[in-house]
Amino acid sequence: MIKPELQAIEQAYLRNHPVFGPGDTVRVHVKIKEGEKERIQVFEGVVIARKHGGVRETFTVRKVSFGIGVERIFPLHSPSIDKIEVVRRGRVRRAKLYYLRKLRGKAARIRELDTRTKGMASEKAAVEQPPAEPVADSTTPQTTSSPTEG
Amino acid sequence: MANGILGIKVGMTQIFQDNGAVVPVTVIKAGPCVVTQHKTQAKDGYNAIQVGLVESKPPKKVTKPVRGHFEKTAKGMPPTRLLKEFKVEEVDKYPIGSLVLANIFTPNERVTITGKSKGRGFAGFIKRHGFGGGRATHGSMFHRAPGSIGASAFPSRVFKGSRMAGHMGNTNCTVKNLQIVKVDEELGVILVKGAVPGANGNYLVIRKAF
Repeated sequence: MIKPELQAIEQAYLRNHPVFGPGDTVRVHVKIKEGEKERIQVFEGVVIARKHGGVRETFTVRKVSFGIGVERIFPLHSPSIDKIEVVRRGRVRRAKLYYLRKLRGKAARIRELDTRTKGMASEKAAVEQPPAEPVADSTTPQTTSSPTEG
Repeated sequence: MANGILGIKVGMTQIFQDNGAVVPVTVIKAGPCVVTQHKTQAKDGYNAIQVGLVESKPPKKVTKPVRGHFEKTAKGMPPTRLLKEFKVEEVDKYPIGSLVLANIFTPNERVTITGKSKGRGFAGFIKRHGFGGGRATHGSMFHRAPGSIGASAFPSRVFKGSRMAGHMGNTNCTVKNLQIVKVDEELGVILVKGAVPGANGNYLVIRKAF
């Protein structure tokens, strides 16, 4: 039960972002202030969780950088986020992908969602891509065709 | 400008500053309050206004004393549930029936907020007074007990006022020096940095801090 006053206050701080969810690979453009100057830093990785609701919503992005797993939690509606790009839609079966932390390499891949069937990804069309090495595939386009395992 | 207002705690949320910093805020529906009575130096020994909180749902039943009070001091005004007094210099600035609104506050102002704290029922030592308690394992047979409250030889009694288990919460609680972050006149809402006493929906008295 959200009260109208609370909702009205939060409404002013909500921002519009593209739709994305757990399993998707995103590029988060973060504004970083260094003294007087402001620059944009990009953090690319797999969204492994979205938490809370309203203006308090956050999302966790995981990437593996030089063999080290790095996770960053962003407030979704923070003004320090310049923009969010969805690089790739992943097909996952749960809302929190914390199991990825224990996996590495090939096992940590996420199958791409077949958008033609609107969420009902058929197994043949699904494309796999290793999100575990985002350093390497930072420029990878959406359609890298490799046969599926399953 | 009146130096205080009555309100209802709506709930907590957070807002962003321009630099991306997050500020935790409590949203308070402050007012509208209606002036119901004047207290004057000549008659009462002090100058104050009595205000009532106008709610979206006015009380269905009003006790005879309250009805009588409103008949006498503020004729024709629908009775309110909550009445409180705020000291003022001159009562004539606030005619009976005039409104006190959230716009008496400005951002960055400091306020003192009084409300009724959440009731915790009969609470033990640890929750109520922050006692340490004993360890849970390793053969400890002393867990959440108070320890000695009065030894046998001396004092061989329990000192008055010893901190013990008992009823906790549901008492008036005042938090001072809270910062106003934002005032929304349209909604009649003020945003205060940090927490205020009580549950959502509680009545609050918001006074300017001096």
